[in-house]
Amino acid sequence: MDRGLTVELLWWEGCPSTERALTELREALDELGLPGDVAMREIRTDTEAEAAAFTGSPTILIDGVELMAALGKGGDAEPAGLNCRVYVRRDGRVSPTPDPEDLREALKGARQ
Amino acid sequence: MSVDIGERAPDYTLPDTAGDGWSLTGEGDAPTVLVFTCNHCPYALAWHERIADAARDYADRSVRFLAINANDAERYPRDSYEAMQSRVAREDWPMPYLHDPTQRVAREYGAKTTPDVFVLDAEGTLRYRGAPDSDYDDPSQRAAWLRDALDAVLAGHQPERAETTPVGCSIKWKR
Repeated sequence: MDRGLTVELLWWEGCPSTERALTELREALDELGLPGDVAMREIRTDTEAEAAAFTGSPTILIDGVELMAALGKGGDAEPAGLNCRVYVRRDGRVSPTPDPEDLREALKGARQ
Repeated sequence: MSVDIGERAPDYTLPDTAGDGWSLTGEGDAPTVLVFTCNHCPYALAWHERIADAARDYADRSVRFLAINANDAERYPRDSYEAMQSRVAREDWPMPYLHDPTQRVAREYGAKTTPDVFVLDAEGTLRYRGAPDSDYDDPSQRAAWLRDALDAVLAGHQPERAETTPVGCSIKWKR
């Protein structure tokens, strides 16, 4: 039986990508048979961004580990701040949301 | 403040990354496209090549494309003038990249996001404002809304789709 995962989505209102990120995250959880509970945390200020090491919206934490870092794709360290996060899809396109395949891979890795 | 469709757009001169000044409303007999953009917004980056391709495709009809970065570089150093210069130096830009450090131009035009596209006719009247096309995630769209607007303006018509909702990162205003 799969153990439960803590999944958190950190977001900032200055980016319109939150809804899509949440939808794709829930789809990935559903495909893997994992509970669809996602804790939403709004980041409102630079101070909150720094405290949460929030480098852009959306940021997804799985058991406290940032999604791309969990995949070893963290890349250059971005400064914390109220930004829209830049993701790179597996086909090389820039996107405001993570590649759904990256979501699935990170969730699979975390539940093992 | 903002400019409405059919209104004459305000003219300003902004510096490009080489320090040369560019008048926003043009001095010729062809349309001008203003694109408020920046260096780090994923929406601006996703749409950038589509807009650049449109600039290349319409160059033979003397259409001017001007990209403008108005973001607060103090809080967002990746949008500094120096960062703009570095980006232009390492990429193939078919249009000048202008700096609006006071944010006056962005405020006067009512720019909201990066990207936010404004199409002016040869007289400097606003004919289209909004997104380049309907989906940042679909390169096959090829900035269709922008191209439709330009085709109409070049034919002497008001674009049927004169205004769409700009989609992207909020412009980073100074506090």
